[in-house]
Amino acid sequence: MSEEKPDLIDVQINGEWHSFPKGTRMIEACRQVGVEVPHYCYHPKLTSPGNCRMCLVEMGMPPRPRPGDDPPEPDEDGHLPISWIPRPAIACANTIAPNMGIRTESEMTEECRKGVMELLLANHPLDCPICDQAGECSLQEFSVEHGNGESRFREQKVKKPKNVDVGPRIRLDDERCIMCSRCIRFTDEIADDPVLGFTDRGSHTVLTVYPGKELANNYSLNTVDICPVGALTSNDFRFQMRVWFMKEVKTIDTNCATGANITVYSREDKIYRITPRQNNDVNSDWMPDSHRLNFHWIESEARLTEPLVKDGDQHRSASWQEALATTADKLAGLEGSEIAVIASARMTNEELLITNRFVKHLEAGHVDTVPRTGEADGYLISADRNPNTLGVKTVLGLDDPGSQLSAIQEGIEQGRIKAVISLQENLIEDAGFSADTLKKLDFLLVSYPLANPTADLADVVLPGAAWAEKSGTMLNITGRLQRLNKAVDGPGLTLEPWEIVRDLIQATGGGNGIYSVNDLFQQLAAEVSEFEGLTWGRIGDLGIPLIETGETIPLLEREKERIAKGLIVG
Amino acid sequence: MSAISYRSGKEPHPKEHRVVFKNVDREGWDTSIATYESEGGYEQLKKAFGMEPSAITDEVKKAGLRGRGGAGFPAGVKWGFLPPNNEKPVYLICNADESEPGTFKDRYIIHQDPHQLIEGMAISCFATGAHLAYIYIREEFPEGAEILEKAIAEAHEKGYLGKDIQGSGFDLEIYVHRGAGAYICGEETGLIESLEGKRPYPRIKPPYFPAAMGLYLCPTIVNNVETLCHVKHILEVGGEKWSETGTPNNTGTRILCVSGDVQKPGYFEVEVGKVTMGELINDMCGGLKEGRELKAVIPGGSSAKVLRADEVFSVGKGDDARELTIWDIPMDFDTLAACGSMAGSGGVIVIDDSRSISWVLNNINNFYAHESCGQCTPCREGSLWMKKITDRVVAGKASPSDIDTLDGVARNIDGRTICAFGEAASWPTESFVEKFRDELVADTDPELEDDFLNAEAITAAANLG
Repeated sequence: MSEEKPDLIDVQINGEWHSFPKGTRMIEACRQVGVEVPHYCYHPKLTSPGNCRMCLVEMGMPPRPRPGDDPPEPDEDGHLPISWIPRPAIACANTIAPNMGIRTESEMTEECRKGVMELLLANHPLDCPICDQAGECSLQEFSVEHGNGESRFREQKVKKPKNVDVGPRIRLDDERCIMCSRCIRFTDEIADDPVLGFTDRGSHTVLTVYPGKELANNYSLNTVDICPVGALTSNDFRFQMRVWFMKEVKTIDTNCATGANITVYSREDKIYRITPRQNNDVNSDWMPDSHRLNFHWIESEARLTEPLVKDGDQHRSASWQEALATTADKLAGLEGSEIAVIASARMTNEELLITNRFVKHLEAGHVDTVPRTGEADGYLISADRNPNTLGVKTVLGLDDPGSQLSAIQEGIEQGRIKAVISLQENLIEDAGFSADTLKKLDFLLVSYPLANPTADLADVVLPGAAWAEKSGTMLNITGRLQRLNKAVDGPGLTLEPWEIVRDLIQATGGGNGIYSVNDLFQQLAAEVSEFEGLTWGRIGDLGIPLIETGETIPLLEREKERIAKGLIVG
Repeated sequence: MSAISYRSGKEPHPKEHRVVFKNVDREGWDTSIATYESEGGYEQLKKAFGMEPSAITDEVKKAGLRGRGGAGFPAGVKWGFLPPNNEKPVYLICNADESEPGTFKDRYIIHQDPHQLIEGMAISCFATGAHLAYIYIREEFPEGAEILEKAIAEAHEKGYLGKDIQGSGFDLEIYVHRGAGAYICGEETGLIESLEGKRPYPRIKPPYFPAAMGLYLCPTIVNNVETLCHVKHILEVGGEKWSETGTPNNTGTRILCVSGDVQKPGYFEVEVGKVTMGELINDMCGGLKEGRELKAVIPGGSSAKVLRADEVFSVGKGDDARELTIWDIPMDFDTLAACGSMAGSGGVIVIDDSRSISWVLNNINNFYAHESCGQCTPCREGSLWMKKITDRVVAGKASPSDIDTLDGVARNIDGRTICAFGEAASWPTESFVEKFRDELVADTDPELEDDFLNAEAITAAANLG
């Protein structure tokens, strides 16, 4: 062993020597050098019970000389010979040791995997054609690699409860369950709601929700994600779409300032499901149910799909050209001090940058955004329910977002403010504006994804894209810059808010050479000091820390403690 | 002290050497503390308080006492695994979950001589620094639990438990904890989980070696009832003297429980290795039943590998190499291991030629399928699968290839599970198939070879065309 690097341990994996930090689990050491060890129960964010036995590998240590025997001779690199142990070891819970050997391709390892696969499938219903997990099922995947091809099992299979209602959002098929206990550990260790457990024994073991309880906590759907088989399925997603038909887009959640990393699954511009995407600096592997399921409104009947202009008391459809021209006409006679722009902390930094330009172009006297707050849940949900408040501060330059809203209302009441341009906000329902106040305006423009009472009063209504229909960057509560990626096209004539604002500038006589959101990002990088030198690519799928806020995410803090105690890998 | 006499019909066999079982079936003996004290009861505990705790451990090491629960691991060495400089509480647990089929020794100690156990535990606690101890007793011993509760209360009253025992400054409480009817609770980490109020799922080792991370993740010693009783006797005569009984590396006495096809089944305390299988069956148990021949013996509880009556066992190495028939096997740890089986829990199950091997194996497989805790895959799925195959063999609904499958399933369990239950469940099948394959195959029907018995397999076969 080389003494110069005390924190690194040399381990031989499939004949090659590598160095890993002390305390690394065998399975992680293998993963780090590109050797996949199949597993079901192991999850780096949960404790390791070692129950599935799929990660059994052949393992060896230096021989222990008997008293009187010569100690083994190290080779020229200082490595000792390895004496292979006849009993396989689980790679998930065991940590590496100096001069350890691991064989993942040996006959013993392969026999173990084949054996475990055969046993896991013995009582499994093999109902893959109608199982929602099909296509992303670990049993299927490892069957391909380690399965036997044909079954020796001639017996009647064990019958267990099916279609069990374990909670408002989740259904359980006990026959598919392979008793890996990931869901039990998640509810206990992460969600602090230990309502799941096993009852009965042996092959008759069933996953059960505690009598009188239900799996209803706001993180329950994470159990569906980590279930390696089709035992736990989401009521919202089950039987809706085969997973292999869906397009996956990596993006971020916009329901609060945490900005959980997510994957949006869609087919033909319809979103079918959202799952959390691992980011150990933001949301670990998890997300709240309330955020995950908050996407059905995107295909709501109330979506605005074309621009509207007011004709007397009624709205009528208009082309973009007409809507923009109408707006330009109405604004033409107004002083800047008579115009208020209310933007949104749901807008991206790029949208906020071009909004800032618009404000300056109009010389608008008033600008603000609408704050949204709720209770922080102590896990992932931030008290700030806007996804980009920090962007509002940094890019739009507002020190105290929301502080001008009452002054703006007062200005309208007193007739000092004659026009309001409301970008991606619903002032009546979300900012406490009264309809009577807004009726006093000479001109109200609203861009928004959905029809709403504010839009009802507007002279011009512009259909703005929903969060899943646009791209850009946002700054989360910890100051991390993250990318929002367009997952689906907006319906009808919808435009992304940055396009709407760009067109508004052009219609009102301004000019810019902006053709893509990336043009805006480049300008951000050139003009806003915090963004200096950044490129879209450098942000990557996981974002980058940009601004020091001192804020932390409680769930991550607790995970760090468990990592420090060695309970989980992390 | 008057000569000991035993109840009529319950007299020990002359080849017995009673130490732990000295008072079992004894005339005039009862479970009261007065009776126990009248024969030097708790004197060894008082003596222990005059010794250094480490000196007691040294005596146990010198004695070479091997665990009587099944694994045969040296108790003193086990105690030595307690971490040095430990600052957490140490717990001692008496494993009274005697559940291995064919084993019924601990219950007699508990039923007839509970104070012997309590004294042994108290000494062991003093040696290991445990101030809290548990007796984990299986649910099926309700009377035993009551007897122990009463004995603990008496010991308390007399100042052998509680605070500042006998002015020694040493505190100790012992609690009886009743199981809920699961074999797996005899596995020490399963027992610990159960004691913590959880499902008795055995823990992975590493890292959860009880001596370092046991009950409530504190250092914990788990010993069998019989093992703990021996500690008292080791202290009485000294480790060296105690080790003169039995044979080298297989010291002391142990209680063998004989069941099955013998004239007089029962329990016999013998010096380890001083009695052969032949003496045990023919002398102590009065031989086989009238007109019957020996077919097989399971020597150490139902999970031990079966020994066939006509096998010749090669044991020993070099100058010590010799061949033994089943009758010549000395009943000790090392020889039974050399014969490919184990001394295990001391439960000797005798099988004569009236028994169908398929039936015997199925009986065992039924037990393990019922008792598998279900935590880890191989044992959970494999134990029931093996039972289902042998169910069919017994019912005449199996084909010859089922025997190969049976063996294949067992080998997919053996060595791949979290705890030793995997071996317990698979060794019977492995050894029965190895040694009685012809008899098992004879109970099958080649014409059933293509029969599929589950609906899914029928569909699959149809699709294969």
